[in-house]
This record gives sequence, C-alpha cells and structure tokens, in this order.
Amino acid sequence: MDFNYNEEQQMLFDSVDRFGQQRFSQDKRRQALAGDIALNQKHWHEMAELGWLMIAIPEEAGGLGGSMADVMAITEAMGKNLVHYPFVATSILAPALLCDGSDAANVVLDKIGSGEAKVAAAFLEANSGYDLYRVGTTASSQDGAYVLSGEKCHVEDGGDADWYLVSARTGGSDDEVEGISLFLVPKDAPGLTVERFRSIDGHRHARLRFDQLRGAQRIGEADVALPVIERGVAKGIGAHLAEAIGSMEEVSRVTLEHLKTREQFGRPIGSFQVLQHRIVDMKIACEEARSIGSFANVHVGDENSSAAQRIAAAKVRVSECGIYVGKQAVQLHGGLGFSDELIVSHHFKRLYGLSVAYGSIDHHRKRYAE
Amino acid sequence: MELNFEAADIAFRDEVRDFFAGSIPEDWRTRVRAGLRLNPEELIHYQKMLAERGWGAPTWPVEYGGTGWSPVQQYIFWSEAARADAPAQFHQGLELIGPIIFTYGTPEQKDKYLPRIISADDWWCQGYSEPGAGSDLAALKTTAIKDGDHYVLNGQKMWTSYAHVASHVFVLARSSQEEKRQRGISLLLLDMESPGITVRKIPTMDEKYHTNDMFLDNVRVPVENLIGEEGRGWEYGKVLLDRERMVTASVAIFLKQTISAIRSAAARRVIGNVPLIEQPGFRGKLAQFEIEVMALQTMVLRLMADAANGAESGSRGSMVKLRWSQLTQEGTALWVEALGPEAMHFEAMEGEAAGLPSLPADMPYAMQGALYARVTSIYGGSSEIQHDIIARRAFGL
Ligand SMILES: Cc1cc2nc3c(=O)[nH]c(=O)nc-3n(C[C@H](O)[C@H](O)[C@H](O)COP(=O)(O)OP(=O)(O)OC[C@H]3O[C@@H](n4cnc5c(N)ncnc54)[C@H](O)[C@@H]3O)c2cc1C
Ligand SMILES: Cc1cc2nc3c(=O)[nH]c(=O)nc-3n(C[C@H](O)[C@H](O)[C@H](O)COP(=O)(O)OP(=O)(O)OC[C@H]3O[C@@H](n4cnc5c(N)ncnc54)[C@H](O)[C@@H]3O)c2cc1C
Repeated sequence: MDFNYNEEQQMLFDSVDRFGQQRFSQDKRRQALAGDIALNQKHWHEMAELGWLMIAIPEEAGGLGGSMADVMAITEAMGKNLVHYPFVATSILAPALLCDGSDAANVVLDKIGSGEAKVAAAFLEANSGYDLYRVGTTASSQDGAYVLSGEKCHVEDGGDADWYLVSARTGGSDDEVEGISLFLVPKDAPGLTVERFRSIDGHRHARLRFDQLRGAQRIGEADVALPVIERGVAKGIGAHLAEAIGSMEEVSRVTLEHLKTREQFGRPIGSFQVLQHRIVDMKIACEEARSIGSFANVHVGDENSSAAQRIAAAKVRVSECGIYVGKQAVQLHGGLGFSDELIVSHHFKRLYGLSVAYGSIDHHRKRYAE
Repeated sequence: MELNFEAADIAFRDEVRDFFAGSIPEDWRTRVRAGLRLNPEELIHYQKMLAERGWGAPTWPVEYGGTGWSPVQQYIFWSEAARADAPAQFHQGLELIGPIIFTYGTPEQKDKYLPRIISADDWWCQGYSEPGAGSDLAALKTTAIKDGDHYVLNGQKMWTSYAHVASHVFVLARSSQEEKRQRGISLLLLDMESPGITVRKIPTMDEKYHTNDMFLDNVRVPVENLIGEEGRGWEYGKVLLDRERMVTASVAIFLKQTISAIRSAAARRVIGNVPLIEQPGFRGKLAQFEIEVMALQTMVLRLMADAANGAESGSRGSMVKLRWSQLTQEGTALWVEALGPEAMHFEAMEGEAAGLPSLPADMPYAMQGALYARVTSIYGGSSEIQHDIIARRAFGL
C-alpha cells in the first residue's frame, strides 16, 4: 500500500505547480481572474500542449488514459495555486460521460484534448436539489429527432462551455431512475438560452433554458444514462477532492508563515497557545482530508456501491475540513485575512465553492446513509 | 423574578410598531436581512427619519438629545426595528465617539458635535487601528506633536471604515513617548477635509467597499479638538467597554432578520415535491439555529434588565459579541445553503443583460452576507481577544 504519488505523478504535480506559480503569481492572477479572454485562452492552450487536458481521455479515443492518481496530481497542484479554469468539468467529467465510442463523442473528445473546446455537464434543476435522478427536462422524439424542453438552474463551470452535456427524460416520471438519457448540445443551438454567472471563486457557471431545442445529439443508449452520469460525477468530485487538499495545505502553509512573522504585544502571534492549537487543528484537517480523499479516489467510478459510498464520505469530510481550514486561515490573519489583497481569502472562497460543487455536504451525507 | 413586560412597555411597543409599519422601503429589506450595511445615503436617510421622530439616539440621555429610554425600552425598540427589517443604526458616531464627547468633552465640543451626530449631518469614522497595531492597539505609532495652538499628526491608520464617506474621524495618536505604552496617547477629533489626509480603499473579500487605509501627513488639528487631557486618550476608551453592550445587544436582536431570510429561502426551494423547510434534516438545523438565537436574545434581555436595575455588565458584553459573531456566521451560511447551488451566482457576467430578473431578490446578498460575516469575529476585538477579556475580567486569570 502506498498513498504517495509515484515518480511520474510527482513530476506531473511539479510541472502543474510550476505553471501555477508562474502564471498565477499574485499580480498575474488578478488579470487572469478579471476575465482577460486572450490570456485565459493562452493559458488553456498551454495546458493542452502539456497534455493535461487529455489526461482522462482513454487511449482508444486518442488520450493519455491516465489514472485517478494522475488526475489528483494535476488538480492538487491547481488547488495549491488556485488555477480557476474549468479543468475538472471539461477534462475529467466530460470525458467520463462521452464514453459511448460514437463519432459525435469522439469529435468532442478530440477537441477537449487539443484545447479547442470546453464542455460542462448540465444536470441540476430548480426542484432537483443535487439529486441527479430528478430530471424534469424532457427530450421528446419528433420526426426522428429529439426536442428538448426545460431548464437547468446551475451548470458547474458552464460559463465558458462550447458544449453542454444535458440530462433529459426520454421516459419515466420526474424522479424515476430509468428513463434518463444524455444529450450533447452546442452552445449556439437554436432554442438554447445561456445565462452566465461569475462565482466568488472566479469560476464561471451557467443556467440554461431549452425552448423546443432541436439538434441535440444523444450520447449512449436511451433511458439508461443515470449510472454513467453518477460515475462521471464521482470522478469530477474525486478530482475536486485533490484540488481542495492542495488549497488547504497551501493556505495552512501561508498561515503558519504569518503566525511566525506577525507580531502583536511584542511577540510573534504564533507564541499564543490558542493560535498554536488552531493551526494544529488545521494541520489535522489537512491530514484527514488527504487520507480520505486519496482512499476514495483509488476506486472512484467503479461499478459498485461501496465506491459510491466512499466518494460521498470523502466529499463530506474533505468539504468540512476545507471550510474549517479556510475560515481559520482568514481568522488567524486578522483583518488582512478579510482583504482581497492576500491570497488567503481567495483560498477560503475556493474551498467554499468546492464544498458545494457537485453536491453539498448534506446531500452527500444523505447519499452515504442511503 | 418578573419576566413579563409591564403595561407601559407594551404601550411603548405598540407605539414603536406603528412607527415602523410600512416605513422601510422594500429594497432595503433584503440587504438588511443579509446583515449587509445599507449605502451611506440610505443610512443617513434612516437616521434622519428617526431623528425627526425624536428617536435619533436611543441610548443617550435626554439632556444631549437622546431618548432617555430605559434599557428595556431600548430592547423593545430594537426588536421592533428588527421585526420591520429596519437597519441597525450606524454606530460609530452614536455609540463610540458620541458618548465619549458627552462624558469627557468640553461644553463647546458637546454643542458643536452632538446634535449633528443625531441629525446625521456629520458622519464619524474611527481611526484607531494601524498596520502594526490591531489587537495590540497600544502599539500605535501615529504621532500628534503640539505646535502652538495645533497638534500636527503624522502616521498611517488602517481599516478606517467609511473614511471615504465620513465628514469626521476620531483618532488615537501618541502625543508623548512614555514608558508605559498606554500613557501618552491622545484622542483627537479631525475634520476629514483637513489638508494632509489621504484615504485609499482596501478591497475586501466580499467585494463591497467598507474600509480604507488613511494616511496622515502633517495634518494640523486645533488644540480645542483634543478630548479631555493630553496623554489620557486611552482611558476615555474605557467608558465604551461598558457601553459596548449597547452595540452588541442591539445587533444581536437583529439576528431575527437572518432567521426570516433563511425561512423564506427554504420555503421557496423545493426538492422533489417537498419544500426544503419541510425536510427533517434542514428543519432540524434551522430549529437549532433559532434556539441558539433565542438563547442569545434572552441573554441580551437579561443583560438589559440588570442594567436597568443598575448592575454592571462585567464581561457579558464580550460574551454577547462572541456569540453574536458565531451566530451571524452560522446563520448566513445556512441561508446560502438554503438557496442551493444558485447562491454561487454572484454576478452576471460581461455581455449579459444587466439585472437578473430570473434570480430571487436575495442573491447575491446571501453570499455577500456570508462572506462579510467572517469579519465579525475579527473586528471590534477578535474572538480570541474577547476570550482573553472574559478570562481577565470575569475570572482574574
Ligand atoms: C486513568 C489514568 C491513567 C493514567 N495512567 C498513567 C500511567 O500509567 N502512568 C503515568 O505515569 N501516568 C498515568 N496517568 C497520569 C497522567 O499522565 C496525568 O494525569 C496527565 O499527564 C495529566 O497530569 P495531571 O493529572 O497532573 O494534570 P495537570 O498536568 O495538572 O493538567 C490539568 C489540566 O491543565 C491542562 N494543562 C496542563 N499544562 C498545560 C499547558 N502547558 N497548556 C495547556 N493546558 C495545560 C491539562 O491539559 C489539563 O486539562 C494516568 C492518569 C489517568 C487519569
Ligand atoms: C472590515 C474591517 C473593518 C474595520 N474597521 C475598523 C475601523 O473602522 N476602525 C478601526 O480602528 N479599526 C477597524 N478595523 C480593525 C480591526 O479592529 C482589527 O482588524 C482587529 O483589531 C484585529 O487586528 P489585526 O487585523 O491587526 O489582526 P492581529 O491583531 O494581527 O490578529 C491576527 C490574529 O492573531 C490573533 N491574536 C492577536 N493577539 C492575540 C493574543 N494576545 N492572543 C491570542 N490571539 C491573538 C487575533 O485574534 C487574530 O486571529 C477593521 C477591520 C476590518 C477587517
């Protein structure tokens, strides 16, 4: 048993870390966050050239066929440097969904790998909570084509997507497990309205409305997409866990540095026992998160219920630990922690965002218990 | 023990309730519930509204233009204000410098400043903290050197909230170097128009403009703007310790507003066919929050009743501040949770139509409130410092 990255994964981590440090240093971050489109596009192409965007695409489909540990090495380094691009949605979740070997899917996979296209998954609806089986959007078959109607209230990282992977009903009632199919919809499809939103962590999400939309391409078999969707989301979550771990450890490191250098009452604030204990609890939270996060990731996407349960457990605990660490990092920095200038509040906000991406703590606690 | 309001209190409550009925504009109410401060113009408008009714300074004695209300009446007033989603009054003039002026100020200072605080013609901000002096305020380095009939101030203040809109600032500065750091600090009243004051925004994580760096470069302040005696400014702050309960107590009462915000969000959001508010897990969490708010409010009520009977509050103001900040943080986070994934939709992106007609009115304020809430355990004496104060004052540790 070995919880550590192998040599290649460590090299992958280091190269993403270098990329992050160079492109996302304090001053450059601001420009990237401000939505400088040319700059964001340049970064995305660099990421493609380095092969990261095809890490999770199977070799048969022209990708690298990497393992979840490879994925973790990348997203952990992204979390450490707060790279805010839609890597997980596009390069982890979407490839897991585009697995039917069809031409339509392979065309998109190619473009994902080459950095030409971004893809996001549209599952959540106003009345669905985070339950993936609650699908009210319909896809009715008319003259041999599908017509989509309905709304998706939140598409994680969907703000810059070129394609959406949409769950819609081809059968069954709103909360039935059967009858859900998956569709590929280009962003400029007639009948599609996209509203885009910036989140607190620089990620860009979307809300979609399908108004008698034609031209959606079904991916995989009709009516039985739910298991594929659930396994795909599990992989997205797995990648996010590592991102959270990277962010938690980095913000803890920055906080420890602050405790040693900030002086009040004529001594470093790290000499106050209450703060020593707090940073120790932050460290324990990081240890817990890394342990359960790695453990859950090893079998993520397996077709059995214990894999699903583990990822739900890890999602709950890593989210809780992440929020704790983020809050305490802010608290221990005092007023500076609340400022926009220091990286600390940005880590807190990302950890907050990660805690609800692909399902809140309560949602996953419920899934675990089911 | 008598825990019911007296008939006179009930009559007073009805009078206050009548006053607030329909008086708070709808577009204030959501932001108020989020625990977010209204814009300066709105707060000024609100303060003027109260002043016109004679209620501009609920905690001040009548001789200085206050209401002379008993603590129980103050409690009732704030409860009714909270019930109507009225904002908390801006406190830096009313609760911080005002009481110092009426306790230690000269007759001229009282005449000049107090009425204008009540009428909101002046807006005060607090220039205490510095880059090197936060929790350890006595480490402040800004100097005030006497030069004829003026003090000349030099130094950097930090986190001076609302300095960008304020007309005046009260500043602690070192007028002499003494062995004991708390000595030699003077409290001075400055006009923000004075030459040599520069204000620079500090961007904060909630993306709202609250606070500033304030640079003092040879700012000349007339000696008549000194409060009390030179070098004794530190002591004057102490009067605030006991009044602090007024500020914390009043804001604690406003937690009711967060409860109604959570309730309405959770009633709107349906999962499957069941509103979130009817789902046992969420119901339990909300009930727990309401119970803790109730406990804090009874703690406040008891504090006010004791105060009415002439008892000192001891360190109970610190206790209320601690619990209030925790509950503000938990409440706003619960509200964000109730809203679901869309709470993350902080701002419509470039190129989209302005305004978000399809978003409920409480977004993005819930998220902004939750982010802002993080600072409540940092400013006004951090939670760690509050624990120290209680250990010292209550237990002599
Ligand atoms: C059931 C039991 C079995 C035990 N078995 C053994 C045994 O087999 N062999 C053996 O040698 N001993 C044994 N002990 C003794 C045990 O190790 C001591 O009780 C322990 O070290 C605490 O010492 P104390 O009881 O003197 O408490 P104290 O040291 O007086 O501590 C009192 C409290 O103060 C806190 N405290 C003390 N110092 C600090 C500090 N610097 N900062 C913050 N907080 C502080 C402590 O955490 C504690 O809450 C046993 C004790 C118990 C209760
Ligand atoms: C939004 C905002 C608005 C503000 N508005 C004003 C204003 O209008 N006017 C004004 O004068 N100031 C204002 N402040 C300043 C505020 O009062 C200080 O931020 C606060 O006193 C903490 O000081 P600091 O930021 O320097 O943190 P530090 O004092 O450096 O504290 C850093 C950490 O160390 C801890 N710590 C410090 N000393 C101890 C100790 N002895 N034991 C244990 N832990 C300790 C703190 O609790 C904190 O967690 C504002 C601050 C903010 C963020």
